[in-house]
Amino acid sequence: MILGIDTSLGSAVAVVEPDGVIRSQTVSADPRGHAEVIGTLIERALAEASIGPSDVTHVAAGMGPGPFTGLRVGIAAARTFALGRGIPVVPVVSHDAVALELLLHDALTGGYEDATDDPFAVVTDARRREFAYTLYRGLDADGLPIRLAEPTLAPRDDLDAALADAGAARRDAERIPAAMLALAASRALAAGRTIGPADALYLRSPDVTLPHAPKRVGL
Amino acid sequence: MNRAEPLVLGIETSCDETGIGIVRGRTLLSNTIASSMDEHARYGGVVPEVAARAHLEALQPSIEAALAESGVALADVDAVAVTSGPGLAGALMVGVGAAKALAVSLEKPLYAVNHLVGHIAADILDDGAEPLEYPTVALLVSGGHTSLLLVRDLTTDVELLGETMDDAAGEAFDKVARLLGLPYPGGPEIDRAAASGDPNAIAFPRGLSRASDMDKHRYDFSFSGLKTAVARWVEQRQAAGEPVPVADVAASFREAVVDVLVTKALAACRDHGVPRLLLGGGVIANRRLRDTALERGAAEGVTVRIPPLSLCTDNGAMIAALASELIMSGRQPSTLDFGADSTLPVTEIQVAESS
Ligand SMILES: [Zn+2]
Repeated sequence: MILGIDTSLGSAVAVVEPDGVIRSQTVSADPRGHAEVIGTLIERALAEASIGPSDVTHVAAGMGPGPFTGLRVGIAAARTFALGRGIPVVPVVSHDAVALELLLHDALTGGYEDATDDPFAVVTDARRREFAYTLYRGLDADGLPIRLAEPTLAPRDDLDAALADAGAARRDAERIPAAMLALAASRALAAGRTIGPADALYLRSPDVTLPHAPKRVGL
Repeated sequence: MNRAEPLVLGIETSCDETGIGIVRGRTLLSNTIASSMDEHARYGGVVPEVAARAHLEALQPSIEAALAESGVALADVDAVAVTSGPGLAGALMVGVGAAKALAVSLEKPLYAVNHLVGHIAADILDDGAEPLEYPTVALLVSGGHTSLLLVRDLTTDVELLGETMDDAAGEAFDKVARLLGLPYPGGPEIDRAAASGDPNAIAFPRGLSRASDMDKHRYDFSFSGLKTAVARWVEQRQAAGEPVPVADVAASFREAVVDVLVTKALAACRDHGVPRLLLGGGVIANRRLRDTALERGAAEGVTVRIPPLSLCTDNGAMIAALASELIMSGRQPSTLDFGADSTLPVTEIQVAESS
């Protein structure tokens, strides 16, 4: 059983069987409050899947991109849950979960001929008048979304031009489906591949101002 | 759960130290600390986002190191403890998220506790000392806080007598060090510079110490006026084309901070008829503060307790120690329904206790 945890965009936790059957999915409606809800979400996801912590074999961690403060809560939780059970963490790019959901949905509903092979961009709000986006095109032989470019930031007003240049359709996401995160992890495990980064995808340097000479206080 | 001598793992991430502590009852098994202080040095103070990122990276290795040092397996732990506040919000959240997931994964109870009360609990782990007697006055001084507390009982009754109205004492050291051209962190640098200086060379002001302040701010502190006074004094010297006697400035500044801290702490002891004073927090590393407190305490018949320095700075062992006391006194675990509270009042010793 794979436990998927993502707090890059709201908070979401899911349990998925290794073959992809979704056992449970829980989300918090609160876009913030990640630290408040994370424990309860994990507990609920396990309960709704009718399993205990010892039934979990891997923890899929959404590594972002996402606003710093919330993003870290899920990664920290994924790491310590795994540590508690002595099981591995499987890092996943959070946008991969959205891309996988879109591609599976298109495959299921038929959609247009070749629709799944057209480039598209998963777009999420990165705050500070910026979007985070990742370019994708179709699924590979392992059933994983093919990333055409790594996650990046764009000013809000520049995004559409950037996507037009890339010939990519814009697909805005309001939440990260944790079940798809766990499914991507399970497909990566089956293929023996590493698909996510070891460290959080902040995409921004911390806000700091270097100290200047001490201000004069006046005589 | 073993309530007689619980094995507790504590997680502390309220500022720039990632602290993991393991205690069994009142016995310290590991006090593992990863500090991001070096990363803040170039900025002259703790940068919250830099601290929070460092916590995320340091957490897992620190837990593993603490387990290795103590020879404890996670499966044997009776409870997980974590700092809920006060502190830097983004930093606290890393610890809270980690502690909750760890507790759920281990199917063990979780105790969310108050950082400031944790500083007092650190004293319990000092196996060379007599047991802590109540009531006691506690003076907690660090880069993040300057608080004077009256502790009637560690697990049930802690009262805030006073705190800083502006900068923490440790922050004042950092800022004055910077205006004297000394590196961060300022405490040890000021200390070094002050060694050859005259503490009475310059009469810097003692904040909130006038008779008119005593009504409302008897036990409160203020260090921003002192910092400005030092800056003005240095500027006047420079404007007059005279050299700045760094040693005298450092010594006189330090004296002003130490004097006001000790004077107010001993006044609290006197006013409340409590002949005991406990010191905590990273600024206790300052020898002049320790010596002055011991000397003037002795003169007034107040016993001053100073835990080992490794337990005075922020650490996870004090968080585990506080949770251990709560467990031994029969308190129920916290629910999972709490967050990081950057302004958690000291009266909330445990957060979200289940009914
Ligand atoms: Zn502290």
